[in-house]
Amino acid sequence: MPALCRDCLTRFETGRRCPACRSPRIVAHPELDSLSIAHMDCDAFYASVEKRDNPELRDKPVIIGGGKRGVVSTACYIARIKGVRSAMPMFQALKLCPEAVVLKGRMETYVEVSRQVRAMMEELTPSIEPLSLDEAFLDLTGTARLHGQPPAVMLARLTRRMKAELGITGSIGLSHNKFLAKVASDLDKPHGFAVIGRAETEAFLAPKPVRLIWGIGPAAQESLEAAGIRTFADLKRWEKDQLIARFGAMGDRLYHLARGEDRRRVTRDAPVKSISNETTFGEDTADPDILDGHIWRLAEKVSDRAKAKGQAGRVVTLKLKRANHRLLTRQSRLPDATQMADRIYRTARELFEIVGPEGPYRLLGVGISQLTGAEAADRAGDLLDPHALQRAQAERATDAIRERFGPDAIVKGRSLR
Amino acid sequence: MKISIERGTLLKAVGQAQSVVERRNTIPILANVLMEAEGDSVSFRATDLDIEVVDKAPAQVERAGATTVSAVTLHEIVRKLPDGALVQLVDDGASGKLEVTAGRSHFTLATLPKEDFPVMASSEYQSNFSAPAPVLRRLFDKSKFAISTEETRYYLNGVYMHVAEAEEGRVLRCVATDGHRLARIDADLPDGAEDMPGVIVPRKTVGELRKLLDDDDMQIAVSVSETKIRFATPEITLTSKVIDGTFPDYSRVIPIGNTRQMEVDAQEFAKAVDRVATVSSERSRAVKLQLDEDRLVLSVNAPDSGAAEEELAVAYGDEKLEIGFNAKYLLEIASQVDRENAVFLFNSAGDPTLMREGTDQSAVYVVMPMRV
Repeated sequence: MPALCRDCLTRFETGRRCPACRSPRIVAHPELDSLSIAHMDCDAFYASVEKRDNPELRDKPVIIGGGKRGVVSTACYIARIKGVRSAMPMFQALKLCPEAVVLKGRMETYVEVSRQVRAMMEELTPSIEPLSLDEAFLDLTGTARLHGQPPAVMLARLTRRMKAELGITGSIGLSHNKFLAKVASDLDKPHGFAVIGRAETEAFLAPKPVRLIWGIGPAAQESLEAAGIRTFADLKRWEKDQLIARFGAMGDRLYHLARGEDRRRVTRDAPVKSISNETTFGEDTADPDILDGHIWRLAEKVSDRAKAKGQAGRVVTLKLKRANHRLLTRQSRLPDATQMADRIYRTARELFEIVGPEGPYRLLGVGISQLTGAEAADRAGDLLDPHALQRAQAERATDAIRERFGPDAIVKGRSLR
Repeated sequence: MKISIERGTLLKAVGQAQSVVERRNTIPILANVLMEAEGDSVSFRATDLDIEVVDKAPAQVERAGATTVSAVTLHEIVRKLPDGALVQLVDDGASGKLEVTAGRSHFTLATLPKEDFPVMASSEYQSNFSAPAPVLRRLFDKSKFAISTEETRYYLNGVYMHVAEAEEGRVLRCVATDGHRLARIDADLPDGAEDMPGVIVPRKTVGELRKLLDDDDMQIAVSVSETKIRFATPEITLTSKVIDGTFPDYSRVIPIGNTRQMEVDAQEFAKAVDRVATVSSERSRAVKLQLDEDRLVLSVNAPDSGAAEEELAVAYGDEKLEIGFNAKYLLEIASQVDRENAVFLFNSAGDPTLMREGTDQSAVYVVMPMRV
């Protein structure tokens, strides 16, 4: 069985330790040389960067996150032993691990380190799909002849370099598609290397819970469970059309994932599908004036970003999270695309009127999707809203003023609420 | 229940039923059609809780009774049976199965108890009148393209049918708009419709109604209340809730002062718009109209993909004008014209434009221009 030493990159056939350096950190798999789709996930990225830059923190539990209402964005492995998880409310995290060092995070530094990791990945393949600052898919298909080494070796070299040059560690998942690569990278964390080959795919998946699938949250899990589906083996018993009839568009994907099939390609810089902004309030609120102010400011932020990118959206989404964390989203499709803060605000506002009164809420979000170029947007007036064109002109004039004199040169009274 | 029914008759009735039921729904019985056999006919009833269709078809009833079965499955089966076949439907009332037999084909379908089927509550109708199918067909066919799909403007998601005051007296009027275009279609006011409350007929109902109106000159019985509308032929009854909302005051939207008139052959115009729009792949393609002395130049300029231009002879005597429209909107309103020339009345490049057929005031369209 082909094997590889992750420390000295020696390749060999058999043994539990590297014949060259005696390291036990080896990876062996019958398909090691033929798999080429990988997922690289940095280990406790923000926390690792903090520990690298401040050695005093090395043996302490570190949590990155913040604010009175904040949630944990990253917890180091020491804090994780105590049960701290990302996305956990901060108060709960501190209850589990009162001695933790809580840091607010230095986003610029993380972005910089992420850029350096990206540059290292670029040396392996041009086919990189970043999912966030600290994880990415890599497609190394066809690079073996270029590098003179199979993908597995190049990936092991990548994490070795990350550790040596950047002082952070990452875990690699290597398989034959994106879904399995992502599952694999989680199997051997931290500083791991896991392989899922074609031959063992179905046997590997069968006993696993379906929540392994990215995008299957508690709600989807519940509806799957209602259908008697807990594991991949359960899922595999369903016919394709049954799944589609029951779960809609997701059914088709489920059918293929049940068999470990995922035809999505690793696409560089996947096109942006939506633009949205959201805000978590300092305190839950049901006050319509305060909420209205938030809707406007978020609509303006979304609009600013859309204008900067030269994009516009046909669908406006309003997202509300109740005090009990129940999420509510409502969408409205416009007859033509928009990038104007005024139209985004008015549409979100009407959606709010429909669902709104039942506050209080802890989070509010506004977004646009079904994006198109700006050329086609906001060019027709509204018969039923004769002032719409004037407001659009006012907004363009406002934009021109802000362009010249800065973003605060002119603001709507509404935004001061 | 035990009945025999001709395949064509059954296909028509079940076809109507399966188009009403929601494809994706969480209440199983709403996917079913309720069949009730008595005397010498069977009635097929289907509902999505907003619309209910009852179709009565002649059949040979050996044993009266009722049951419910999946409308889509039954429709698929009947559709695949040979033309002219005699179909036998048997339900023994106890097994929870419906036996469907035609020639050598035999099917067994699961049923759900008829007691669970939701029957729409009957209501008091304030207004009952009858109108010829062609009149209703024209009212809805010419207005439905302008129905809005915007969820937040739910009160525009249908056709507003009401009694209105026109120049020649009171009329039965249908209006639909999505804010970018508007259609206003009038018909003679049928006897008995004078007191009809104005109602917004939902998009889906308009689609279902169209199937009722296929038979040429039939009289359709129309009943209207504040909350429901019913259309009935001797065989089919379509009952629908109406949209609970206020249709906006559309009269101020229809321009009255537009004086710059262009007359054009509607078909030639539509073809030319379609041709020049080809170069742009955008969803909302803008077509520019340049008017000058009996000459119209249509052009599309799509920076990424190309440009197109076409000239058309028109009747236009006013000063030069440049105005842009969404190509799709122009095509849709031009295709409403079926007899005479299309007459466009413009004001400025930023104001709503009006379109009608010849001098006919009974069908008026308004379309909002686009910046080009």
